[in-house]
Amino acid sequence: MTTPSDVTPTQWQSALTAFRNAVGAQWVFSSDEDAGLYRDAYSPYWNEPEERMPSAAVAPASVEEVQAVVRIANQFGIPLYPISTGKNLGYGGSAPTMSGSVVVDLKRMNKIIEVNDKRNYAIVEPGVSYFDLYDYIKERKLKVWIDVPDPGWGGVMGNALDRGVGHTWYLYRDHFWSHCGMEVVLPNGEVMRTGMGAMPGSNAWGDFRSNFGPYVDGLFSQAGFGIVTKMGFHLMPEPEHFLHKKIYPPRREDIIPLVDVANELEDQGMIGMALYESPMFSAQFQDPALRAIGLAPDVWNGNAINRYAAEKGVAPWELGVSFYGPEAVNEAKWQYAKSRFQKAIPGVRFEDYESLRFPLTAEQEDAVKHKVLVGVPNMNVFTLSARNRTNPEPADGHLLFSPTFARSGEELLRAQRIFTEGMRDMKVDYPMAYGPFSAPFTWNFRAFVLATGMPTSRSNPEVNKLSRETMEKLITLGAQHGYGEYRTPPAFQDQVMSTYNFNNNILRTFCETLKDAVDPRGIIAPGRGGFWPRTYRKGA
Amino acid sequence: MKKMLLLGAACLLSIGAGAAHSSKRTANAVERGHALFEYHCASCHGPGIGNPGHPWRTGTEALQVKYRGELPALLAERKDLTPETVAYFVRNGVSIMAPYRKTEISDADLAALGAYLSRNNPDFAKK
Repeated sequence: MTTPSDVTPTQWQSALTAFRNAVGAQWVFSSDEDAGLYRDAYSPYWNEPEERMPSAAVAPASVEEVQAVVRIANQFGIPLYPISTGKNLGYGGSAPTMSGSVVVDLKRMNKIIEVNDKRNYAIVEPGVSYFDLYDYIKERKLKVWIDVPDPGWGGVMGNALDRGVGHTWYLYRDHFWSHCGMEVVLPNGEVMRTGMGAMPGSNAWGDFRSNFGPYVDGLFSQAGFGIVTKMGFHLMPEPEHFLHKKIYPPRREDIIPLVDVANELEDQGMIGMALYESPMFSAQFQDPALRAIGLAPDVWNGNAINRYAAEKGVAPWELGVSFYGPEAVNEAKWQYAKSRFQKAIPGVRFEDYESLRFPLTAEQEDAVKHKVLVGVPNMNVFTLSARNRTNPEPADGHLLFSPTFARSGEELLRAQRIFTEGMRDMKVDYPMAYGPFSAPFTWNFRAFVLATGMPTSRSNPEVNKLSRETMEKLITLGAQHGYGEYRTPPAFQDQVMSTYNFNNNILRTFCETLKDAVDPRGIIAPGRGGFWPRTYRKGA
Repeated sequence: MKKMLLLGAACLLSIGAGAAHSSKRTANAVERGHALFEYHCASCHGPGIGNPGHPWRTGTEALQVKYRGELPALLAERKDLTPETVAYFVRNGVSIMAPYRKTEISDADLAALGAYLSRNNPDFAKK
């Protein structure tokens, strides 16, 4: 494996010995075989010199052991890269941003410190997965829900710190913004707590986010200012009932009033996540006529799509709306929402989709159609990219491109065309490539993400080369139109940060200034977030 | 001669005791491996429903398509798996399944997982 740059073989061996003394020899992984398990299985540089490779991994079991690891790293100038459960696949997995870093694997710190179903919060350690927290709550029959991302094996803390997202109410599905207080080991080895955790004697860690003075929590997400060892999260009380309805407008341009009404409903707390899809996306692979319509240069005027929709009864858009609460209230809210959509969109159709009363039996839970909408962790999202009847030869992984922009129908139509024509200019095509049937995600409430995935391979470097080049071009193209990535794999973090370049990249410069002050040896996750400590900064 | 018979009997007793101990150990490993399978693997490779339009969970569906009925789609029903095969896939991954690190599944846990998934393999059972 690659060892850290600027560290002599003697210093490296001394550091490994010190790590072994701190956490136990069996929890320091320095053989190629063991450290190799920390490679990013979805790396777009697999087996190429640019692949981000760990030098070793160390797995502390307590905050005191994390402190010891950080102090040793400071002593020897060893770069560290903390992970929680290491499942950030598509955005870097368990591999470091900078090759040669020692991965600090926090999986062993897996205590659920508290779940409170009266004040509705949890406090957890980094190794706790969504499955773990869900099982804990179910086993104790606690009356709270968690908000889960698509794959349930990920870490509650790690997902939040990469500003990951879920699917329920706006208060909960932006996982970083639903956190409440944290404990951090700073680059000098000191432990800091934020929020009410900063006040000894307070019992409101899980209740009130803000401490007095600057709100510094953001520095520890998508950045290397410390190793976070505990976090609180607000949870949603278990509702009596869940209602999900589908809305089908008849014309392509109806996306504009559809989004306007959904925004109005969500921003006043009437509905959960607006779930946009296009029934024409899957239909285009069944009907060559629709596929041809989607690929035609004049598709953007909407005429052919509207004709097809009218003739075949396939709607160009689908919106799923979720209601959580007492059944009678959900029904009343739906009647109101229905009236708003009917008024705004002539000819709109509605469909019943799901109605659930809680708690569910195990059989009922397995039969839930879209489990993440009701906070049930699962792994079913991988059906999109694993081998299946429509995808018999799947890729080994994917790169995720996630441009974010204003939540309006007009902007969506504009973005669709920009990215579709951009990909066609690049002469690339994937099953999930952009087209007129690409639908936005509203995981980040008050914004649209028009995400796509490009394949990666552990056997064919040409596949990776094309995906990397496509990703780089898409980042550039998006930025030209004001569309920014909310999250990206390590290989693209420098490029993405360079697109947030108002006033001569002052955001990056400010982060570098803070980094040099807080972490003068640059040992915590150098390069994470697209800014570098002086030690590794080009031209510094 | 008597001494030899006694010695032989002692050996048989010893082998018998060893077999009983080994069998119990194997049973414990299988039981433990079953629990580990439920925790780490069943969310993809167990029975159950996938996303809308997918009647099986992800891994089960993938193996159903891969083997087209020639082998069971459910890993727990396979009769051809060995601990070595299980270890290879856990530590190397396959397709979109990423490898598992030793902080997630330790070598000891991996052996138990292998014991569980190879419990129906007649060749492995002979060993």
